[in-house]
Amino acid sequence: MRDAFVNQLTVLAENDQDVMFITGDLGFGVFDKFAERFPKQYLNVGVAEQNMTSVAAGLALEGKKVFTYSIANFVTLRCLEQIRNDAAYHDANITIVASGGGFTYGSLGMSHHATEDLSILRALPNVIAVAPCTAWETTYATEQLCYTSGVGYLRIEKGGDKNPPADGSAYQLGKAIKVREGGDITLITIGGILSEVKKAAEQLAEQGISARVVSMHTIKPIDRVAITSAVVDTGAIVTVEEHSIVGGLGGAVAEVLMTENLHAVCGLIGMQDQYSTVVGDQQYLRGYYQLDAPAIVAKARSVVDLKKSR
Amino acid sequence: MSEKNTVDLAHKIRCHTVDMTYLGGSSHIGSILSIADIMAVLYGQVLKYDCNEPKWPERDRFILSKGHAGAAVYATLAECGFFDVERLKTHYQNGSTLSGHVSHKGIPGVEFSTGSLGHGLGVATGMALAAKLDDKTHRVYTLLSDGECNEGSNWEAILFAPHHKLDNLTVVVDHNKLQSIKSTDETLSLAPFAEKWAAFGWDVIEVDGHDHSQIKAAFDKLSSAPGKPKVIIAHTTKGKGVSFMENSVLWHYRSPQGEEYQAAKKELMGED
Repeated sequence: MRDAFVNQLTVLAENDQDVMFITGDLGFGVFDKFAERFPKQYLNVGVAEQNMTSVAAGLALEGKKVFTYSIANFVTLRCLEQIRNDAAYHDANITIVASGGGFTYGSLGMSHHATEDLSILRALPNVIAVAPCTAWETTYATEQLCYTSGVGYLRIEKGGDKNPPADGSAYQLGKAIKVREGGDITLITIGGILSEVKKAAEQLAEQGISARVVSMHTIKPIDRVAITSAVVDTGAIVTVEEHSIVGGLGGAVAEVLMTENLHAVCGLIGMQDQYSTVVGDQQYLRGYYQLDAPAIVAKARSVVDLKKSR
Repeated sequence: MSEKNTVDLAHKIRCHTVDMTYLGGSSHIGSILSIADIMAVLYGQVLKYDCNEPKWPERDRFILSKGHAGAAVYATLAECGFFDVERLKTHYQNGSTLSGHVSHKGIPGVEFSTGSLGHGLGVATGMALAAKLDDKTHRVYTLLSDGECNEGSNWEAILFAPHHKLDNLTVVVDHNKLQSIKSTDETLSLAPFAEKWAAFGWDVIEVDGHDHSQIKAAFDKLSSAPGKPKVIIAHTTKGKGVSFMENSVLWHYRSPQGEEYQAAKKELMGED
């Protein structure tokens, strides 16, 4: 996903000299070529995320289209008030790029685990919050956020499929993508953990359960139509996120169900309301915290059983 | 405007803001009176602006970082023709857009909204950098309080501006030596304040923040070297102009009501 972001950023900078990239002294080696090619569009502000965000707001209010970049918690939580007051309240065109969503930096410890960012960022008005599920989605999200007014939040991870989910697939911010069709249950997910959800859907199919898989890459504004269809067509929903269960994708979907008065049997896969205390690679931690394919299969089965019993 | 006009403007700012804090029952009159002279010189003689075209691209940018003194900005803008002075009466009232802390929404001439301390300088720095990148000649000004310099975010920006040679940026610090509860020395000492800025690479000028000719001269003074941003440390008196409010921390939060309001207005109108 990071390569997809850097490649698209380069295309944007090439075509528009108002596109600027600011890093808080992170991304060793990743942006060297960009900095060399676009010296007036690249800025390393040092390890100073509050000032980075304020400077970005100042630049954006003068017409720049600014990307700020750091590790997920640093570029969000450290400078949250700057995002709220300086950027979002002023309609500043800034895209906050968070490297290392969820447990991407698994072995580095809780300071580097981004497990509350989506709920916190989506609570802010005038913020579009996106966590692409694939590298393919990242490319389009980067471009569209650059040309959308207000603040964008782009949470990226390592890896992710470079190909579209199907031939002719189109990407649009705020519009969910149906990755797999199914009629018994809908698995709605966000971020790179889509790969586990796809695995889970295959295993469920082997067990006779037909699961729809939806990439809800944009958590805000959330695609209410896709959620409504999931309820109408399947009557059962499990949300899957590499993120806290407090206020994240599960919460966002539940808000739609309540405001639209929709009724479905539901389940929620995510990090419980806790800080991580063990380390390991991303896949290990997905297993440890019960977010991986076996956990998703178990939850989906129980939800489908509950649906049948009603 | 001539110097006489700035004296008149400062007087009007003081009168309006005492009225506004009285009518609205709002706080921070001490902090507002502290900057009335700086605001008068800025809008009377220094800033380039067009009140009929508030977003004129070539205007100088001004950000009040100590947003709690926002009434001073509203009063100044009204007196400078950005909107009707009658509107000042709505300050702090139900349904008003003239909030206690300065906001740009729906108010012509306000460049940037603040209220949480430690934001204005970073944003001004970004604006100054944008002007440099685009070869624009306008300048960027921001006014901070001294207590605000407790905020670490300021020191990030204070490092940043000289590093990027932003000599189109001027900071004014309203150094009245009082915070919200006690003095700056008792709270979190800034001393040696001027030396700190100089050590970070800034041109430092210290002035009497109520002497208009000194303030004007400081704004006019050229950089000692290309690339150096400027800070004007304005030694001020919190509550300046109303004797019983001067140097009294009480008037950070207290709103002038009843006899206190009458006494303040009498003194400002020279009726004592």
